[in-house]
Amino acid sequence: MNRRMLISALALAAFAAAPLTASADALDDVMKSKVLKVAVPQDFPPFGSVSADMSPKGYDVDMANLIGKAMGVKVELVPVTSANRIPYLQTKKVELLISSLGKNPDREKVIDFSNVYAPFFNGVFGPKDLAVAKVEDLAGKTIGVTRGAVEDLKLTEIAPKDTTIKRYEDNNGTISAFLSGQVQLVATGNVVAAAILARNPPKKPEIKFLIANSACYVGMNKDEPKLMAKVNEIIAAARKDGSLNAIAQKWLAQDLPADI
Amino acid sequence: MNYTFDFSSIGSYLPVLFNGILVTIELIAVGATFGVALGIFCAWARALGPIWLKPIVAGYVELIRNTPFLIQLFFIFFGLPSIGIQLTEMQGAMLTMVINLGAYSCEIVRAGIQATTKGQFEAGWSLGMTRFETFRYVVLIPSLQRIWPALSSQIVLVMLGSAVVSQIAAEDLSFAANFIQSRNFRAFEIYFLATAIYLALAITLRQLLRGLGWWLFPRKATR
Repeated sequence: MNRRMLISALALAAFAAAPLTASADALDDVMKSKVLKVAVPQDFPPFGSVSADMSPKGYDVDMANLIGKAMGVKVELVPVTSANRIPYLQTKKVELLISSLGKNPDREKVIDFSNVYAPFFNGVFGPKDLAVAKVEDLAGKTIGVTRGAVEDLKLTEIAPKDTTIKRYEDNNGTISAFLSGQVQLVATGNVVAAAILARNPPKKPEIKFLIANSACYVGMNKDEPKLMAKVNEIIAAARKDGSLNAIAQKWLAQDLPADI
Repeated sequence: MNYTFDFSSIGSYLPVLFNGILVTIELIAVGATFGVALGIFCAWARALGPIWLKPIVAGYVELIRNTPFLIQLFFIFFGLPSIGIQLTEMQGAMLTMVINLGAYSCEIVRAGIQATTKGQFEAGWSLGMTRFETFRYVVLIPSLQRIWPALSSQIVLVMLGSAVVSQIAAEDLSFAANFIQSRNFRAFEIYFLATAIYLALAITLRQLLRGLGWWLFPRKATR
């Protein structure tokens, strides 16, 4: 081994064995600094999008503000994409991840999930002349989804083997793929589909069926029991006093289902 | 910072990753072959071609070299269906890479051709070669040899740039990395692995091109 290789190997070893420092309790930190940093989506209406004056809006944004208000701290919104939201959380740039997050066993190994805070009324949409009424009818069809979104996880699980699922980077890519005919069907939130319809495109997405049993959870780092208890307590209280239902009415135009 | 690497969580996704590597290799194989061929044709057209062809090729080269690869990709994949040209994401990705590399390699090859002295053309003609034979044996081969390192770099650049084709759901290595990340949230591990694979691919490709250069241009003193 020559000297240069030795130096690189040492550098790599030092990098891998980065110093282990005891991490403080996230809830204590928030209460001390009076600032709660929350990652919210910016390209995923109705959960998170950018309004005309460039401020973030949506279900997740209202949820973040609700939690901040209940904790009596200022909320700092951090816009994220589906690709960078987990690193933001892990590197402690944010304390909470409210970004229409679905869960699966692999994800649960990496971060913790709160109780359900939102339902996900998403469905499969397609042109009128395409006969699809249930998930089995997707056999042989091409369907577009946003990679890593709740509907992607669910469809990957339930769609027939010969369904072609095309996974696009973000919601806009998925919509473009549908409108340009690159995919026959698209799986997305019903409000997204309604927003497309409002623009009166040549291809009109009509609801084919709803993807059942999806829900969104607040994500946070592992080993934060106090923060977890606090968030779950706030969700339960908001559920009880109707403020969570008001958010659902505002953004999803429906009441919360009874099982949330 | 207390982060424990856990590469075991990637295990079940290895087929996705492997498929991604194959797609990236396929993309660059097709992209490089046809892209360089298109580049050589365009270089001939710009340097020695008929007068009516020159502005057309010049327009193409300038258009491609002054617009982002991602926008070209979106134009071909999302835009062209509006006028009835529907390509799959693989066709779209390959076509964009060929068109993109074609424009860049045109300028690289043209530099080599224009560096050829007039005497070399005349030498070819005086040996009784046709214009085409002169171009092929006397001008093009020495030109390619001169610009081979630059051309190799451009091909590697296009291979690395192909990472953005995951935007149109082409399932290349970047798509595989993003896909796995969206499932198990192990961003650090998976991008670490993807970086290492891209590095290995780039080094391998560069060595292959080097070998190809030795094979294509034997018996030359100035290697």
